[in-house]
Amino acid sequence: MSKNLLQLQNISKSYDGQLILDDLSLDIHENSFVTFLGPSGCGKTTTLRIIGGFEKPDQGRVLFDGADITDLPANKRQLNTVFQKYALFPHMSIADNIAFGLRIKNKPESYIKDKIKYALKLVNLDGFEKRSIDSLSGGQQQRIAIARAIVNEPRLLLLDEPLGALDLKLRQEMQYELIRLKNELGITFIYVTHDQEEALTMSDYVVVMNQGYIQQAGSPEQIYNEPENAFVADFIGDSNIIGGVMLEDYVVRICGKTFKCVDAGFGTNKPVDVVIRPEDVEIIEDDDPKAILHGEMTHIIFKGEIYEMECRSEDGFEWLIHSTEMHEPGKKVGLYVKPSNIQIMNKPESEDEEALGVEE
Amino acid sequence: MEKMKKALSNCYLSLIVLFMYAPIATLVVLSFNSGRSRAKWSGFTTDWYLEMLADDTIMAALRNTLIIAFLSALIATILGTLAAIGINNMKSWSRNTVMSITNIPMLNADIVTGISLMLCFIAFKISLGFHTILIAHITFNLPYVILSVMPKVRQSSKDTYEAALDLGATPIQAFFKVVLPELMPGVTSGFMLAFTMSLDDFIITHFTRGAGIDTISTLVYSQVRKGISPTMYALSTVIFLTVFIVLMIGNYAPEWLSRRKK
Repeated sequence: MSKNLLQLQNISKSYDGQLILDDLSLDIHENSFVTFLGPSGCGKTTTLRIIGGFEKPDQGRVLFDGADITDLPANKRQLNTVFQKYALFPHMSIADNIAFGLRIKNKPESYIKDKIKYALKLVNLDGFEKRSIDSLSGGQQQRIAIARAIVNEPRLLLLDEPLGALDLKLRQEMQYELIRLKNELGITFIYVTHDQEEALTMSDYVVVMNQGYIQQAGSPEQIYNEPENAFVADFIGDSNIIGGVMLEDYVVRICGKTFKCVDAGFGTNKPVDVVIRPEDVEIIEDDDPKAILHGEMTHIIFKGEIYEMECRSEDGFEWLIHSTEMHEPGKKVGLYVKPSNIQIMNKPESEDEEALGVEE
Repeated sequence: MEKMKKALSNCYLSLIVLFMYAPIATLVVLSFNSGRSRAKWSGFTTDWYLEMLADDTIMAALRNTLIIAFLSALIATILGTLAAIGINNMKSWSRNTVMSITNIPMLNADIVTGISLMLCFIAFKISLGFHTILIAHITFNLPYVILSVMPKVRQSSKDTYEAALDLGATPIQAFFKVVLPELMPGVTSGFMLAFTMSLDDFIITHFTRGAGIDTISTLVYSQVRKGISPTMYALSTVIFLTVFIVLMIGNYAPEWLSRRKK
């Protein structure tokens, strides 16, 4: 268990009377790759700006390595930010951009020169010192922005949707670059994105946010396999979210049928939400005795690696199914789900959670 | 057909330039005329220029004009740049209101501005002189500076300022190292504009100057009443050339600088 580098304690923030962050608390371990994931307006960028020192929280404290930095201005914090639009200085050469932080700290020029060389090598742009900013592509500018931040040897690097403006191919490349950089440098990364795939690919720890609340925080596997509520399940990947009733421990009733599951402790006859991932729904022969549900295939789309299909079960629910096997629309099939692939979640209790707008 | 069109449009352009510059050309030619007549060419001379240089009142007026133009442009540029940054950070309603208010002095007739400034100085018992001309010039220069800096301020994003802070710069360092260099083209052209506006102002200077101080424009005006001497043609030529050169620098310097950088 590594120690906490950054702690957010009961952070609240509102703009013009609108609550952006509501009593948010979070611990970030040293050397981890943490991602804030959520739709736009969920408060993830505001949280990052509070950590960076560009916004002050209305309430709550920010602790860095145990010390309170809530009132410390941005230029005194031991962390650096990679901005969404790179924010490179257009009137300076690449070398001057990278040297900016070091010159402010009055480091000797020979040290600065070595550092620039080292940083450019690290981001695979050797020999770019003299070039001007506008001669670079978006991906290259992004690398320079990262180089400019890391030469200062921050303990924490904040990245605000840094790959948002890049095309798909470049984005995937940069994702690997970032993971490599993080491992080479041993810096803690906090990454903000609305792209769930990016979050799952890169991070050790994902914080799913919506409407100023942390919906769930955990490892990518936990977030994907065991979503705690309907918002998380819906936001992370495709899923079938069905209203059901927990009859007793390990038994849940959905779509008028009884399913075995592996969850317990919800009580008896309790209404719950049930998540089943589309790749976990198995299509079998209609007369297979294993079949729990029976239905008719309705749609099919070829997606490359898989077929995305829909199947209407007898009670009228449209199941989303991913499979490598093709089943033509109109075919009568049986459906089966393994007990371990059925994820039970509490129904939303507060009005705030209700407002998430999950389709039943 | 294409050729005809081209020839016609060139013809048109030449005519416009001719009509615009014919009076100034006449002035320049007459400033080198050895006779006092405005109609007859009696030979080339630079005497009027020499006489102008030897004349203490003219030289004093020239000095006043240049000092006032430089100081008023400098102060207006500093104030106007800060104002533009401040205005840009306002909420859109107050930003629009303040922008319209700052634009009024530009649309206002000079004579109204001049008289009202004079009345204001008198009401506050400020004796008229060099300083009142300077204050008046700063006043009417400000909106021009704001107007030329504003587009640059709007273009530049808050991100680079925050990036500088993030890299350890204090707000003051961030302003001088990052924000100001980005605004520089707007700031330079604002300064040039203010300098030339101040240089050729007559009406406002006329009302806000005290007795015993003259700028070139007020001097020319008082000379006209006595009967104009060709030294005034020489002087006007000098003013024209100064303004012309300053404007050329203002227009081409930023382009030239950026080309040299690449």
